[in-house]
Amino acid sequence: MTSDLDIFVGNTTLIDEEVYQLWLDGHSVAEAVARRLRGGVLERAGTSVAVLQSDTRDHYRTFQMLERLLHAPPRLLQQLLFQIPPSRQAMLVQRYYAFEESFARELLGKKLSKGTKKDLDEISARTGVSIKSCRRQFDNFKRVFKAVEELRGPLADNIQQLFLLPPPLARDYAAVVFFANSRFETGKRRLQFLTFGDFAACAQHMMLHWTQGALAPEAAEPDGDVPKSFLQDLKELKVLVADKDLLDLHKSLVCTALRGKISVYNEMEANFKPLSRALVNVGGKLTHARDVRDFFVDLVEKVIEPCRSDKWSPADLRLFLGHYTAAPRALPAFRHQALWERYMAVITACLLRMYHD
Amino acid sequence: MPGKLKVKIVAGRHLPVMDRASDLTDAFVEVKFGNTTFKTDVYPKSLNPQWNSEWFKFEVDDEELQDEPLQITVLDHDTYSANDAIGKVYIDIDPLLYSEAATVISGWFPIYDTIHGIRGEINVVVKVDLFNDLNRFRQSSCGVKFFCTTSIPKCYRAVIIHGFVEELVVNEDPEYQWIDRIRTPRASNEARQRLISLMSGELQRKIGLKVLEMRGNAVVGYLQCFDLEGESGLVVRAIGTACTLDKLSNTSAFLPACNSPSKEMKEIPFNEDPNPNTHSSGPSTPLKNQTYSFSPSKSYSRQSSSSDTDLSLTPKTAPSPQGPRIFLFPSSPTLSCDSPHLKKSCLLLSGSSLNPLHSSHVSPVVLRKSVSFTEELLLAASGMGSGSAGKEGGPFKTLLRQQTQSALEQREFPFFTLTTFPPGFLVHVGGVVSARSVKLLDRIHNPDEPETRDAWWAEIRQEIKSHAKALGCHAVVGYSESTSICEEVCILSASGTAAVLNPRFLQDGTMEGCLEQRIEEASPPGCGFCHIPYDELNMPFPAHLTYCYNCRKQKVPDVLFTTIDLPVEAIVIGKGCLIQARLCRLKKKAQAEANATSISNLLPFMEYEVHTQLMNKLKLRGMNALFGLRIQITVGENMLMGLASATGVYLAALPTPGGIQIAGKTPNDGTYEQHISHMQKKINDTIAKNKELYEINPPELPEEIIGSPIPEPRQRSRLLRSQSESSDEVTELDLSHGKKDAFVLEIDDTDAMEDVHSLLTDVPPPSGFYSCNTEIMPGINNWTPEIQMFTAVRVSRLSNINLTNQTLNKNFNDLCENLLKSLYFKLRSMVPCCLCHVNFTVALPEDELVQIAVTAVAITFDKNQALQANKAPTEKSQQRASTDNEDQLQFPLELCSDPLASQPFPPAKEVLEGASSHTGIPAAQRDRCNSWIELIKLKAQTIRRGSIKTTASLDKASPLAEGYLRHRSVPSCTNSTVSVVKMTPLSFLPGAKITKYLGIINMFFIRETTSLREEGGVSGFLHAFIAEVFAMVRAHVAALGGNAVVSYIMKQCVFMENPNKNQAQCLINVSGDAVIFVRESELEMLPVQPSTVVSQPTSSGGDVTT
Repeated sequence: MTSDLDIFVGNTTLIDEEVYQLWLDGHSVAEAVARRLRGGVLERAGTSVAVLQSDTRDHYRTFQMLERLLHAPPRLLQQLLFQIPPSRQAMLVQRYYAFEESFARELLGKKLSKGTKKDLDEISARTGVSIKSCRRQFDNFKRVFKAVEELRGPLADNIQQLFLLPPPLARDYAAVVFFANSRFETGKRRLQFLTFGDFAACAQHMMLHWTQGALAPEAAEPDGDVPKSFLQDLKELKVLVADKDLLDLHKSLVCTALRGKISVYNEMEANFKPLSRALVNVGGKLTHARDVRDFFVDLVEKVIEPCRSDKWSPADLRLFLGHYTAAPRALPAFRHQALWERYMAVITACLLRMYHD
Repeated sequence: MPGKLKVKIVAGRHLPVMDRASDLTDAFVEVKFGNTTFKTDVYPKSLNPQWNSEWFKFEVDDEELQDEPLQITVLDHDTYSANDAIGKVYIDIDPLLYSEAATVISGWFPIYDTIHGIRGEINVVVKVDLFNDLNRFRQSSCGVKFFCTTSIPKCYRAVIIHGFVEELVVNEDPEYQWIDRIRTPRASNEARQRLISLMSGELQRKIGLKVLEMRGNAVVGYLQCFDLEGESGLVVRAIGTACTLDKLSNTSAFLPACNSPSKEMKEIPFNEDPNPNTHSSGPSTPLKNQTYSFSPSKSYSRQSSSSDTDLSLTPKTAPSPQGPRIFLFPSSPTLSCDSPHLKKSCLLLSGSSLNPLHSSHVSPVVLRKSVSFTEELLLAASGMGSGSAGKEGGPFKTLLRQQTQSALEQREFPFFTLTTFPPGFLVHVGGVVSARSVKLLDRIHNPDEPETRDAWWAEIRQEIKSHAKALGCHAVVGYSESTSICEEVCILSASGTAAVLNPRFLQDGTMEGCLEQRIEEASPPGCGFCHIPYDELNMPFPAHLTYCYNCRKQKVPDVLFTTIDLPVEAIVIGKGCLIQARLCRLKKKAQAEANATSISNLLPFMEYEVHTQLMNKLKLRGMNALFGLRIQITVGENMLMGLASATGVYLAALPTPGGIQIAGKTPNDGTYEQHISHMQKKINDTIAKNKELYEINPPELPEEIIGSPIPEPRQRSRLLRSQSESSDEVTELDLSHGKKDAFVLEIDDTDAMEDVHSLLTDVPPPSGFYSCNTEIMPGINNWTPEIQMFTAVRVSRLSNINLTNQTLNKNFNDLCENLLKSLYFKLRSMVPCCLCHVNFTVALPEDELVQIAVTAVAITFDKNQALQANKAPTEKSQQRASTDNEDQLQFPLELCSDPLASQPFPPAKEVLEGASSHTGIPAAQRDRCNSWIELIKLKAQTIRRGSIKTTASLDKASPLAEGYLRHRSVPSCTNSTVSVVKMTPLSFLPGAKITKYLGIINMFFIRETTSLREEGGVSGFLHAFIAEVFAMVRAHVAALGGNAVVSYIMKQCVFMENPNKNQAQCLINVSGDAVIFVRESELEMLPVQPSTVVSQPTSSGGDVTT
């Protein structure tokens, strides 16, 4: 006697968090049953494998029906089909949109296109995240990207509103969207030491200080883009390294301030000019799309690696960057003070975040 | 033209994309009522259209208002081709037609399409202005309230219970009309849904008319069913109990003035005993007796058969002591056939001088045609000859019976669909009566005169009535009817519990209720209903009687079977449990008459076996009574299935059940003996384990108490009396008690072995779980508010090969057990909890398919208190229950022919006064109208004043309604979460008080698919459909302003699949009562003000978790 049809429908939709996680992780019903068996649910509840199978299938069916709604979380709140207490709704959404950082790291800066989707099995193999789960996470990124692409205002707020995510998760999504939009290069070998968290933090700083939304929420440009005018203005900063007098003055100000305060004073003094050139030029190149891609590569290659080889400590770097940013105030010929500080706030934050092994 | 229906279409949301090119939809709405249709404008290019239409007004007469559903169709406008339908919403506006229910329907409704399911939602506001109609010949019955609940609804008081109402309407099934060959499945499904909606509206109206004729104002225990007879048509039938209800005012507990006449009754002359409890008058009752009748139809003419009286079977079980057996067949004395049960039980009557009429035979059953056969479960006939108790009670009993009977006999059918009664209402319970009849379906030629169907049911009811009479009862309670149809064969079934009702409630003009007081005293609380109602000297069947273990005055049977809920006052020891008997019987495929004959031939055996199983399982659990018994016999192409569910309990009043003893057939075989003794041991262990599990530890064995000179103080006087008067029997009884272990299972063949094995395969629920199919679980009373209602459906395919009765039985048994197991597993997070009102339905959709649907509610309870099982809470809750009921209880059963005498004007007045004393709240608003009579008076006044306005109450109510509406619709347009609607098959919500009944929910849906695989196969399809049905029920309740459905029931779930064509279809019919409830904890904080109560659903909606 085989059961063709076997269903259970509760007035309040039953949700088993354990099974939900198994489903999210992309396990088939059979795998999920095997895992639950290993988890010892049978011993606790004293029942048969058949019961476990039927229960798992029921939950999977429910999740499949819920998935459509999870694609637009506000609909989950409004829909009438499943009666789910608000706390459980929040759990469902949060877990559905949760992602593996290792997976997201792989995807940062890639175009969220069909082509990328085809390569997911590689990423899956590399990260050990199951392919089904990879697809779900990829689709989540893409869905969020599409939904907020054209919207104004702070990216994270938009995402939080449209997808009802908890603020930290919404900020991570904002970073993903920001990277997908700006297409920063993150895959180079010398960037491998950077984690998703590093990049996400950098993206957040860029959005916070550089993008339009940060300055005027009602501005016309979508939040994912750094405004063109700002990038254009950054060229003006080149004067700091192009003008020899300014460069020397800048150096002497920084050196005076730092003398005796950092352990790598001599290395700093010796490298000041290349460092300063690198720091300023990163900004100057941002107007060209191709150079934008190299933003992180440049920072690592021209700032982080030299410092690291000179054994700067993070505290050294912090102190240096602080005085390096503040010094131009004392340069009477330098007139882009506000621009400089807005620019350096992000660079400083990024460097400090990225300066680790 | 007494009504104006107003409809406003506000907005839609989440509509499906109808235009692939733009990914948008140009939606508009058609609003149709009767033959009038209105349309909204097209709202272009949006999936969330805001129509905000004007009020569409339909001016219709109230007959139409009752019959027709409001039909709302959402369409996609298409310039070049026909407009595409997105889906529909049917709204039953009946709740707006009676004064105490909802005043407005407003909210988001799922847009439903029979092919695609739910496709978005639409926000609709519906109102009705009713004008007065004093036309005495009117065909409408607006104002009659309907309740599915099978007890007096919580916030009402029954002034009069009038009795049984029934009606049926028939029509051709659109699915089988010629036009169905050319129209789309969607059109056909919609035609069917609409027709059924129309028919149930009509049916309800007609029942309402009958109620008005009886001068009632409500129908309680309303049960409406559909018979899909295929080619021969569609039958919608309903039964219910007509009542006159009064709304209870929250503040004043007014006295029931209505039965004042009966209060002044004099004492009865022959009542010489001042101690009320000593009266043992009143029909004493037998215990478990079932009267069955089978009526296979004999005349197989096209016109359906007449009843088949000639087949009679008399299988009886006599679970009783070992030894020679005695059977009495009062109704068919010549019958000497042995029924199958004979081989198992044997009984003997010690001390009795009766000669056995025949001794037990083990021969196969002989079916005989004889005169009308009433099968009963025979009870062991011990103590029958004595009859001394009868001496005392005799004359009184007769008197009583005459009185109540004469009153009840004025009713064609003294039936009550209620299952729960006020304490004291049931005097005695006789046992289960049931009747079945096999009919051949024929085309219904003239739908307006559905005489054949009426005649069929009349026949069956007649039979039930006579069975009840045979048990010495004048009424049948817990009455229900059902059908099972396969092709052209139909089994009609009816069952109920024969009972004697308290004459205090029977106002009989001639008798002046002279017995009232006496009876009241006569039935000691907690056991009176167990006493046999018939004369011991003249028992309808042999029964094993003993003195009541509670009062020691009256005779009780050893086992009691009933279809009702456990009476509140019943004294129960330990907890109850769900007991099921499951049975399959193969039958040959056959056509028409041959088929009907073979079914009729099988039925008696099935009934018999089901009973044997129930009895065995009951004993195995150490219990002695079944409540809520429901036996379902389902007919399929090649088999019959029987499923009986009931809740077993240990009634303190009945004797301790004996154990089960196994006897082998071949006594000399050593290994066999060993085997037997092994089994015996297992059985004994199981019984012991069960007793522990269900906490059955009855005080001490009765022999000792009876023999002891010092009974418990409470009972002393009574006992002394009984001893002095009937010392003879006491000794006799002792003897029989000594033999009470004598329930014997004889193992003489493999079948019997199987039976024993199957007995032991029933696994008790895992720890922390209890289950029952009644409203409440005896022994648990500290419920917590968490509930989870669910429906589970399983369809299993039986392997084709080697189908035998045994393998079938085993398969069926496993199917049910596994289903239960998986329920326990799913709900494990709710432990400790109890599954209440577990309702199994079995269907045989195709040759080898068995479909089982279960609906139940899991309720958590507080473990700590439960473990203590201390008396105090029990008593308290009982007290509360009884005070609760007190108001409801004081009603006379309206039996007298003069309506004026029983007209309850005084109470209605009081209610009004009570209402007006409420500060700031217009009386009309509170109760709108406190009683039907008041409503009529009000209307009369309005008319006299010559105004054509709607009634005052409506006018007053509307501002409130508007405010409420605004209040609710504001959040629903924003991102608010959907308000929670609880659903439960019970008539109450634990920890909550129902403050208002908003009307009956009765919905019928069809869902069909032609892409079964794509929708997740049969499971995916049905899972989605049932979720959709729940959603639509919840949406309707929320739109009425309610936050729960009580007495929810899924009456039908017909599932058909054709996997080869990738198609499936399912029909579901559900009903329940929409209510507003308030948590008891919240209630204490709230001032008793209706307005607060009304706004409750919104405020409580968010934070209540179901």
